[in-house]
Amino acid sequence: MKQIAVLGMPNTGKSTLFNRLTGFNRLTGANAKIGNWPGITVELMMAHLQLGEERAELVDLPGIYDLRGFSEDESVVRRFLEHTPLHLVLIILNMTQIDRQLSLALQVKNLHLPGVLLLNMADEAAKFGVDVDVKVIAEHLGMPVIPISAKYGQGFETAYRTISNALKQQEEPRLVNAIEKCLVPEQQLADAMSSLVRDAVHIKARVKENWTTRLDRILLHPVFGLPIFFGIMFLLFQGVYALGTPLQDKLGNLLDWFRSVALEPLLGGLPSFLKGFLLDGIYNGVGTVASFVPVIFLFFLFMAIVEDSGYLSRSAFLMDALMARLGLDGRSFVMSLMGFGCNVPAIMGTRVMRSPGLRMLTMLVIPFSLCSARLNVFLFMITALFTPRTAPVVLFSLYLFSFVAAILTAALFKGRFPNKEPFVLELPPYRFPTIKHMIVSSWCQAKKFLLWSRRFIILGVVAIWALNNLPPNVPPASPQTLSGMIGQLTQPVLAPLGINPQLAVALIFGFVAKEIVLGGLAVIYGKAEGSDLMGAIAHQIDWVQAYSFMLFTLLYVPCLSTVAVLKSESKSWKFALLSVAWSVGLAWVASFIFYQGARALGF
Amino acid sequence: MSTTDLTSLEPGQTATIVKLRAEVGLHQRLHALGFRPGQQVLMLRRAWLNGPLHVRLGTTEVMLRCQEAKGVYTAKAEQ
Repeated sequence: MKQIAVLGMPNTGKSTLFNRLTGFNRLTGANAKIGNWPGITVELMMAHLQLGEERAELVDLPGIYDLRGFSEDESVVRRFLEHTPLHLVLIILNMTQIDRQLSLALQVKNLHLPGVLLLNMADEAAKFGVDVDVKVIAEHLGMPVIPISAKYGQGFETAYRTISNALKQQEEPRLVNAIEKCLVPEQQLADAMSSLVRDAVHIKARVKENWTTRLDRILLHPVFGLPIFFGIMFLLFQGVYALGTPLQDKLGNLLDWFRSVALEPLLGGLPSFLKGFLLDGIYNGVGTVASFVPVIFLFFLFMAIVEDSGYLSRSAFLMDALMARLGLDGRSFVMSLMGFGCNVPAIMGTRVMRSPGLRMLTMLVIPFSLCSARLNVFLFMITALFTPRTAPVVLFSLYLFSFVAAILTAALFKGRFPNKEPFVLELPPYRFPTIKHMIVSSWCQAKKFLLWSRRFIILGVVAIWALNNLPPNVPPASPQTLSGMIGQLTQPVLAPLGINPQLAVALIFGFVAKEIVLGGLAVIYGKAEGSDLMGAIAHQIDWVQAYSFMLFTLLYVPCLSTVAVLKSESKSWKFALLSVAWSVGLAWVASFIFYQGARALGF
Repeated sequence: MSTTDLTSLEPGQTATIVKLRAEVGLHQRLHALGFRPGQQVLMLRRAWLNGPLHVRLGTTEVMLRCQEAKGVYTAKAEQ
């Protein structure tokens, strides 16, 4: 099969193009996959492209500015080109910015690789008064040049035809041996580009005022910019949970219904131990994961809107001054904020950061964002143990602790994860995201979440079930079961925090997912969830213990999914363990100080 | 006409880039984003608390921290 690589600068719509070229297959996921390539350690997205009878493999390379560049992405691209024989390089540039982006196409020409140049955002270029003489550029580069709009699909027929012709002419793949030697020095490249731009590009009088400048005047306003930003974010979270939670409940009910009408009668003949394992262990495990999908999907959908519209990079502008003092930058703030919904997609979102130090520090901070799962636990406990008048204050104090923990973490660890990366970011014009692209991309992300979280949550639920039911001849969840024994074992460490054996077991459950904390308490206290459980808990512990428990729940590891994603994103177990150790340590110290302090004060 | 760096530009002012002084990686990045000698640069706004600058070069808009902007030497156009 013939090999095509897609190469382009950042913010040129490269992934939109990739989606459109490989199109429908990406939605079903039957075709696109993540592959490992010789010579490089990062994974690249690839998909099949059908061109008439010919089938080609399309590889999406990271966006880069310069083949001679020093960033990680740039060296990945270099190593890829030196190790993978190619039949075609598809170069994609932003037509509006052709006066500075042509250099990449000139570099490909220097490598003598067969290329096709796609000038994307042709629609936008017209609006900005950028006029390009395609023939002159094609002649100079010695490769076909086609203006397209990856977003709206203009020019794609011509593009397909040209790509397929170029592939036909290229029987044997080509490999570049020593990239550095083929490339010309910067000044020579700059001169070649300016002379080509002079001949082929005409930019009409500068656009002084447009949509983007008008919006920026409001959204980046020195005084109102930040309040507007917080307002928008608040609405976004509200939206995700207002729409997502009912869907999650409905899906949960549907799964329960399926269990009672189909699975329970079907498995009725099995021994009760095995039946319990299949239904309470495995089926509930799958159900827990599946019921999360609507929220995750909506989350990514809203994130896609904020990102694709161009507002995300603006919020980085607004917050950067504060974040710089913590060793972070504007984008870290955005991701932490996303973490208040769910830590997992927020951690995955740090992929936009190039500097490893910055990324690691941000990933260390995000788990302290009080996510929705923790909020459920807190709302429940606060209702059980505090008066309606103090309840909002208690909840607010937990949010405050969440911020304090994040700031403390950044301040303490910024020396360990130095961020020397200069912060220079392009601010693209505001754009309307297309519905199809948003749905496809958020569905892809939600699917990825399902794939990797599946095994962890299922495993966790099965383990909890087993702990509560083994050994088989004692009452479930009694002190004689494994979970009861573990609860006792934790007492030397957790008793000074006011956390009794029952609460301790719930905390261990919470390590898997905070959603399980409530269920865990219900199983242990032997009551159904709801008011009975509230009564039972209020009877057993006082408010000081409860607050200490909540403080611990807030600060220690959010869930196994978060640990898993920390590991997979940092590609380092050591880092994931550092995050776990630090957060558990901080949780213990904070709860200890609170509990002992409150008791010493006579509460 | 006097040479200063980009940080001294007030919002709304335009200047011409004279030279870049930055470590090689940053130099390359700035160059790729359009910071080149002879290029006109317009200061759009400055963020609060000495935060990043928002500038326009041709059809490209860029934000950069003052730290980085200090390496961009400019000559202000006559008032």
